[in-house]
Amino acid sequence: MTTDSKEVFSQPVNGQMEDWLRMDRMPHIWCPGCGIGTALNCFVRAVEASGIPREKLAIVSGIGCTGRVAGYVRLDSFHTTHGRAIPFATGLKLADPELNVVVFSGDGDLIAIGGNHFIHAARRNLNITVICINNFTYGMTGGQVAPTSPELTTATTTPYGNLEPPFNLAHLADSAGASYVARFTTFHVRPLVNCMKEALLKDGFSFVEVLSPCPTLFARRNRLGEGLDMQRLFKEKAVRRDGESTSSAYVDLEKGPIVIGKFKDRPRPAFLSVYNDAMRKALGPDRFKPYGPATMVEPED
Amino acid sequence: MHSAEGSVLTGTHFIDGDVACAEGAIAAGCRFSAGYPITPSTEVVERLASRFPLVGGMFVQMEDELASSIAIIGAAWGGVKSMTVSSGPGISLMQEHIGYAAITETPSVWVNVQRGGPSTGLPTLPGQADMMQARWGSHGDYPMIALCPNSPQEAFDLTVVAFNLAEDYRTPVLLMLDEAVGHMLEKVVIPPAEQIEVRPRRYTRKPPSDYKAYECEQGSLVPDMAPAGKGYYFHVTGLTHDERGYPAMNAMEQDRLIRRLKEKVDRDADGPLRMVESSHLEGAQVLVVSYGITSRVAERAILEARAGGLKVGHLRLLTVWPFPEQLIRDLLDQGTIEHVVVPELNLGQVVLEVERVVSGRATVRRVSHAGGTVHEPKVILEAIEEVRR
Repeated sequence: MTTDSKEVFSQPVNGQMEDWLRMDRMPHIWCPGCGIGTALNCFVRAVEASGIPREKLAIVSGIGCTGRVAGYVRLDSFHTTHGRAIPFATGLKLADPELNVVVFSGDGDLIAIGGNHFIHAARRNLNITVICINNFTYGMTGGQVAPTSPELTTATTTPYGNLEPPFNLAHLADSAGASYVARFTTFHVRPLVNCMKEALLKDGFSFVEVLSPCPTLFARRNRLGEGLDMQRLFKEKAVRRDGESTSSAYVDLEKGPIVIGKFKDRPRPAFLSVYNDAMRKALGPDRFKPYGPATMVEPED
Repeated sequence: MHSAEGSVLTGTHFIDGDVACAEGAIAAGCRFSAGYPITPSTEVVERLASRFPLVGGMFVQMEDELASSIAIIGAAWGGVKSMTVSSGPGISLMQEHIGYAAITETPSVWVNVQRGGPSTGLPTLPGQADMMQARWGSHGDYPMIALCPNSPQEAFDLTVVAFNLAEDYRTPVLLMLDEAVGHMLEKVVIPPAEQIEVRPRRYTRKPPSDYKAYECEQGSLVPDMAPAGKGYYFHVTGLTHDERGYPAMNAMEQDRLIRRLKEKVDRDADGPLRMVESSHLEGAQVLVVSYGITSRVAERAILEARAGGLKVGHLRLLTVWPFPEQLIRDLLDQGTIEHVVVPELNLGQVVLEVERVVSGRATVRRVSHAGGTVHEPKVILEAIEEVRR
């Protein structure tokens, strides 16, 4: 981490956190001890620190517990279909490049059913930010095994233990070409705010993985205790290694370490600038009409 | 409002239905398309890929049809008219998002260049066996507008209409071509831009403080959209929602939302949405009901039957969904029709609607064909002649 995040986090949210939430939708559905609210709180702080005008920020979620974020935050917000938040965001961003588009969703949504879109958006280096709450399970549907579940995890669909190795999401994003890749936990709120801010301001595909407790359906079933116990586990087992090769940046909840940090922050031309530059070259500046807000549908007179 | 100057290829062209469809989209103001290659629809997106950068649009080849079909919905909410294009298996993959576009009321155009199915079926040969999928392919009750062109010219014309209807009704509109129409080369006349009527997006005039995402004005069943990025902070969800756009998990809101969605389209089935072409209906003893490529084969059979002295009328459906049931009832009311013949490149789909509406008042004869080529005109002629027996 290059910048100190203390300053960011010591500032209170402008006005009230309530101002950022759709308070008429409270209470939310998240369980006591769940980390999604913490991550959302960090996100709001990161948005404020980024200086991005609020009306120019849109949030897109898929389906699942984290998928509900879009429904609670007062932004232009889109709750899409299961797994398809990233391609929805692709259309939204390309229709209005002035919008800052954030995908905020869970590991099952983004990496299992939506895994193909995840790697292709990273490959395109599409100008969006993807925040993935990784709670190692499917919470909304009652605790089924996920492609992020550690081996031997007890889940409702693996009553005898998960036999498959989990994805290393940071490595996946990095290999596919993301400009920015980081992983923190809901315990590490200060660096998390800072890295979310950096991700928001990064041109190209930026990816932030947030390890988060699901006390009700993951921790309890796997003898990891309550939400606070998982926070303690994150605290004790996490090792910060900025710049670590993502191929060795593993998450081992049992033995440790849980490698966290900002792994990748590289300059790589992002999709929209590549597109406009290449088309200008191919067609000539006179023939090519740059893609942007000018193409938007004219409002009725 | 009319088409944008400089983007419309005004003039007389010799092009196929797929290319005409792409040009129709550009003329209608479409500036974003996402798709995935699949025969026999690929030529539509190939044309868009080469033409869009010249008119300020963008085509993105996505990783699959799931992505393509929701990228266009995202683009619509970003303020750009958008379309996706596919065939057979690709259209099957898109079904979930047709439902999502319907419940979120996202103006969008979906082109299906039909081929023989099911599954991989006949990729290079025509079929019309996706007509019921067009109506009911996504889960749940939802409205549907589906148009069937029978020529490259109509592929252009109806693509423009499809975009306008998508805006008017805020709903997905399906354009049901087939391989024969898609790959058929014919003369297509593209009018001057100022003669092409193009519907602008209807944005709310209310300030954010007064705006409710799914509240309809008095008498209207179609709510106004809010532009993204302007501080409306609206919420869009595929969950059943109330007027604010917030999830509402109860039977009352479900009833209110789903009935309105269906009603906004169905109530215009025999109004603004009724698009048919007809000939020789007066005094007809036999009524041929057809659509798409099959209508052109049927025309030949009808000519021959009429030459043989039979009173045969032809009703061609340009709008298949919503089905113009009142029109068919009115035709039966004239009291002469004894026999209704429905040729289609499937084993009986739209004929089910005809049978339902005719309801025993005339005999209904299916002229089924599993697809792969068009009917022999004589098969349709024989069905027409059955009325003599």
